[in-house]
Amino acid sequence: MSDLPLIQADRAVPPPAATTTKGGRGRRLRLLSRTDRVVITLMVLVPLLLVAGLVWLPAVATVLLSGTNWDGIGPISEIEWVGVKNYDDVVNIYPPFVPAVQNNLLWLAALFVVATPFGMFLAVLLDKEIRGSRFYQTALYLPVVLSLALIGFVWQLIYSRDQGLLNGVFGGETDWYGDPNVNIWAVLVAAGWRHVGYIMLLYLAGLKGVDPSLREAAAVDGSSETSTFFRVVFPVMRPINIIVLVVTVIESLRAFDLVWVINKGRNGLELISALVTQNVVGEASRIGFGSALATIMLAVSLVFITIYLWTVMREGKR
Amino acid sequence: MSRPRSQAEYLARLVPPSVAGLNRRSLLAGAAGAGALLGTGLLAGCGDSDSGSGGDAKSVSLGSNQSDPKPKDVVAKVMDGFKTSSGVTVNINTVDHNTFQENINNYLQGKPDDVFTWFAGYRMRFFAAKGLAGDLSDVWGKLDGYSEAFKKASTGDDGKQYFVPASYYPWAVFYRKSVWQQRGYQVPKTLDDLNTLGAQMKKDGLNPIAFADKDGWPAMGTFDILNLRINGYQFHIDLMAGKEAWTSDKVKKVFDTWAGLLPLHQPDSLGRTWQEAAQSLQQKKSGMYLLGLFVGQQFSGADLEDLDFFTFPEVDSTIGAKALDAPIDGYMMARKPKSKDAAEKLLTYLGSKEAADITVKNDPSTLVANSGANTGAYTALQKKAAELVGSATEIAQFLDRDTRPDFASTVMIPALQQFIKDPKDISGLLTSIENQKKSIFTS
Repeated sequence: MSDLPLIQADRAVPPPAATTTKGGRGRRLRLLSRTDRVVITLMVLVPLLLVAGLVWLPAVATVLLSGTNWDGIGPISEIEWVGVKNYDDVVNIYPPFVPAVQNNLLWLAALFVVATPFGMFLAVLLDKEIRGSRFYQTALYLPVVLSLALIGFVWQLIYSRDQGLLNGVFGGETDWYGDPNVNIWAVLVAAGWRHVGYIMLLYLAGLKGVDPSLREAAAVDGSSETSTFFRVVFPVMRPINIIVLVVTVIESLRAFDLVWVINKGRNGLELISALVTQNVVGEASRIGFGSALATIMLAVSLVFITIYLWTVMREGKR
Repeated sequence: MSRPRSQAEYLARLVPPSVAGLNRRSLLAGAAGAGALLGTGLLAGCGDSDSGSGGDAKSVSLGSNQSDPKPKDVVAKVMDGFKTSSGVTVNINTVDHNTFQENINNYLQGKPDDVFTWFAGYRMRFFAAKGLAGDLSDVWGKLDGYSEAFKKASTGDDGKQYFVPASYYPWAVFYRKSVWQQRGYQVPKTLDDLNTLGAQMKKDGLNPIAFADKDGWPAMGTFDILNLRINGYQFHIDLMAGKEAWTSDKVKKVFDTWAGLLPLHQPDSLGRTWQEAAQSLQQKKSGMYLLGLFVGQQFSGADLEDLDFFTFPEVDSTIGAKALDAPIDGYMMARKPKSKDAAEKLLTYLGSKEAADITVKNDPSTLVANSGANTGAYTALQKKAAELVGSATEIAQFLDRDTRPDFASTVMIPALQQFIKDPKDISGLLTSIENQKKSIFTS
């Protein structure tokens, strides 16, 4: 890297004659040509504008709107400020909110305790290069390629009370999607089915990157397979572990499509993201109220994002 | 809250776009539409921007949510009829039914078409009160063939008309004639009759009343009819408009009565779609089903001819059984049409016998609102449905059309599902509804 400025200086193009009169030439050593500077400016500016326009502006607008009772009709000047009323309503008189938080937490717990470790376990197995591992890899990864909406559709055929596969084969009368005590678990199975494949692939990629000499050294030292994994491989894979952790958290926070396809996130399948959509999208434009829900979700996400960034940046410093 | 209008549309909604094989072109068109929406508040790129400026009233634009092939075709034929009779061309901008509904706010605030399709009831009055619709009182002066009930349903809060009705479908209790003949069942006239009949059906191994509420809206029909029968039309409408308290004894009585009827309903309704419930009626596993006329879509051939209905029985003799839910679809005018003259001409035509005749001839699945139309081609079921609505003293529009849409979908759907899950804690439920209603209606 150290010789880069030199090379750049060598390559610096003298400005064309037409522009020399405008001056500035030679006053300061230009390391980059005009074209380079334009390209770099564009490369910084365009993504910056996109990020600001598509991420920061909506995020700030959401937080601002959450303090209003806007219904999406009328000019911006007529938006009325109601302070924390929306938050007060969300917590105190909106029955779906508490189940939504519970379901989001349950979702996180189920993915974190069951699906993620299972995906890691499968990755370790596949890493052993067993026979047909490519086949297993494909089969397990398949649900990740399918959209969650399609997964919802597939499982609907399985879970329907009167016409579904499960009740048809076992002759039961369980109302898989209608009974609020059952449906969240039914949906978690479907969501987990997909999540396992995702984690498996991520972890498999990480495992392939572990230096084989570490394992050999451990084997020479007489370490068993299990203790090699837990004492050597697992700690070495810290970056991947953190990514898997973050992916799990993000997946559980933005869980949405599946419950939306099933029953629009009602009756036992409430999730914060579904509540936001119910309130904001469509004719029912409680934009202020929906924004308050979205802001709560943003705040929760920020906690995890902060932890992640903090960890990553510390990694970078080392 | 949108209700699928046909089986095809319902099924289409079950399948996510990724599976339905959304082709590249329509995807791009959708993206372009979304872009236009973000930029200008337009629903879709209007094709008539250059024709309106002259103001010579040679053309008028229509925003249509009739995106299914059949209704779309009917709309086109009706507009052809208008062109023949008036010489004015109609530019039809058809938008996917649900997209139209979900974007109505932006659409009406942007540059809406001169005339657009919409629904009667609070949904219409809401936009009229917000100043987003044109006054049609003059048009109504030229219309005939409409009962007082239709006019009432087209009138805004300020007493002016904002809507021209085109078609409608009543809600009633459907049953299979063959099953009832075989078992000797009689049409119940009172709530007691209904309970007795239900008990008998249970003994005979039937689900007395087919029931489904997975999508959230069908239970609204049950609530509506019970409230209409127990407290009457005016109370129902005032309750929907937020003027009455949900915690009152009158509303409590509705839920108490419903709780008494729930054992007669098909169990596990929250995991079932209306199609599945209708099929249980079709397969003779259920004895009755309270639903809109569209229940007929699950029947065909001889089964369809076997289908009959009666209006929900009387609960309180002082109230009677003359009011019912019969959602009306029709047309409204933009607040500032490019050519008011042409738009009013079109709306007058849309409310005429001629337009209704074209609809009857081309679409056997709807009832037309104009009583002067030639309804000779109606099936027996359609004829009976038209008679039922004709004899109704008041017509409600269905819960999600009679109240604020945000209240209907974010409060009532979860509340009714909660009630079906646990019919015991009615007071707690009503307190919760009332608290949310206050917050929504006062904001």
